[in-house]
Amino acid sequence: MTAKLLDVSSLTIAFPRGTPVADFGFAIGEGETVAVVGESGSGKSLTALAIMRLLPRTARIASGSIGFRGRDLLALPEPDMRKVRGREIAMIFQEPMTSLNPVLTVGKQIAEVLRLHEGLSAEAARKRSIELLDLVRVADPHLRVDDFPHRLSGGMRQRVMIAMAVACRPKLLIADEPTTALDVTIQAQVLDLLDRLRRELGMALMLITHDLGIVGQWADRVVVLYAGRGAEEADAGPLLEDPLHPYTKGLLAASPRLDARLHYTAGALREIPGSIATAQREPGCPFVPRCAMALPSCRISPPPLEEIRPRRLLACPPTAAQEQANASAVGR
Amino acid sequence: MPLLSVADLHTHFQTPRGLLRAVDGVSLAIEEGESVGLVGESGCGKSTLGKTILRLVNPTSGSVAFDGDDIAKVPSDALGPYRRRAQMIFQDPFSSLNPRHTIERILTAPLYVHGIGDRAERKRRVREMIERVGLPLSSLSRYPHEFSGGQRQRIGIARALILGPDLVICDEPVSALDLSIQAQILNLLVEMKRDFNLSYLFISHDLSVIRYFADRVLVMYLGRVVEEGTGADLWARPLHPYTRALIAAIPDPARRRQAAPIGGDIASPEDIPRGCRFHPRCAIATSICAKVDPMLEAHAPGQRAACHHAGQLTRPPEA
Repeated sequence: MTAKLLDVSSLTIAFPRGTPVADFGFAIGEGETVAVVGESGSGKSLTALAIMRLLPRTARIASGSIGFRGRDLLALPEPDMRKVRGREIAMIFQEPMTSLNPVLTVGKQIAEVLRLHEGLSAEAARKRSIELLDLVRVADPHLRVDDFPHRLSGGMRQRVMIAMAVACRPKLLIADEPTTALDVTIQAQVLDLLDRLRRELGMALMLITHDLGIVGQWADRVVVLYAGRGAEEADAGPLLEDPLHPYTKGLLAASPRLDARLHYTAGALREIPGSIATAQREPGCPFVPRCAMALPSCRISPPPLEEIRPRRLLACPPTAAQEQANASAVGR
Repeated sequence: MPLLSVADLHTHFQTPRGLLRAVDGVSLAIEEGESVGLVGESGCGKSTLGKTILRLVNPTSGSVAFDGDDIAKVPSDALGPYRRRAQMIFQDPFSSLNPRHTIERILTAPLYVHGIGDRAERKRRVREMIERVGLPLSSLSRYPHEFSGGQRQRIGIARALILGPDLVICDEPVSALDLSIQAQILNLLVEMKRDFNLSYLFISHDLSVIRYFADRVLVMYLGRVVEEGTGADLWARPLHPYTRALIAAIPDPARRRQAAPIGGDIASPEDIPRGCRFHPRCAIATSICAKVDPMLEAHAPGQRAACHHAGQLTRPPEA
């Protein structure tokens, strides 16, 4: 594996009325694409905000560390963190319209980043903004630079957000559901663009998504998050071909996209019963209320995410035991 | 005779920037008990088409024949009997339920409006329906905000079905839901179809959901149906380059880090390209495509496409 760029370890985010992220850890290597997968309420966006140190005021980091290029971001004074943000770690969001300022031209907004972090003159910043728009494949960048956000389509706006994010050549780009609000053909273009920039600029990508198809196509490694805890972590291929956690298995089975032979006349889709809300008061594994193979021991305390074989982490002791039994039955 | 038969339907809006041709000459039919999928990207007019069929929006021209009557020409105050037989399920169960009404009131309202049953009968029907969609009776005294997205969509389904409709238009019914909940709702819609012998027009931008749910598929682009076929044929042999691009754009682990299959942005329905409306984005367009608007024609049994080069994978040589 490449050197660790980001190393999140036993992160716990607490609010006065709950702990939406608990004891969660994962790492991203240089230039790697790591997908963080989970449904709404799983804590994936909060984790990203914690890395950026942009959590809402009511949130408190109860424990953990966020290592980035040898420093703990959680221990950094705010002025230093401000230099990390935007310059070394950048972030883009699901809905580009709400993250863009509607009364400033696209060019002014990109230039602002460059003037602040790189100290460019107004003229140099404008020139560089046009180059950046060209880099993210906006047609006629010298014209678009003077457009206001509302004049652009959703796909174009997301490209502008990406141009701003990569303006200072960050080492890590966090993309929080970057294509969820976009149409499929535009989604493919934007993901292709992100991957090209990752290669050309040598940056790592933390891709937050709920879409397993995207994971399979674009990610190197996948972390599955359920109710604020890591459920499973593996390389993308093995995870999709052989999911181990009952939640990951359920998600894949419930997903119509991965099997062309599924049709309603041939049988019902596999369901995961219940909803993520049931995890709230669960003292043990948060998935217990929805799990078909839960044992009494699952209800005692939340299982840690542990390596069960190289590059494969799992937080499900019954499945891990079964895997071990299978492995020894095969002979090794 | 089909249950619903739409012919050359147009729905245009006057906007400050000009005429917006949301639905621009659509013809389609839905047989009794059939599940028809309508797929397309935002701005293609699929939601407006659904709303026009239900007369929630008035058509500019064309006809909507339902069981023999032309709904497009019925005066709006005489639509009651039609509304009872054709219902809609919306994408966003958060904004389509009145937050100040209990679930009981929300479900009783359609019965009351259509003068069905007495108080006791309405109560019986509401209780039966809420259990049928998988919610406990205790839900009835609660308010919409007390439910999760999936539960709210169950309430939306109960409201649409309580009048016993024949046709249900589902407009992106699972798009706002998490994957683990999507399957629950899709399965419920399939059960309801069997139990009540429903016909569906199922609108979605998600091809994989359409692939699961539809017997026949319509692909819409900028106000027009550009391809139509039974599910199996259409997925195996798409004739229109746009359909091919849509299928290729579904994220797929088998296409690791492959380049985006289609360039360009969707044109605005206020400024629909001349000739074939897809030609500026099309990889196989020739000079005729910029001039002549192709009609939806049969190119294979049960499969129609509006393309001068239907079924061709590469650009044909110019004459």
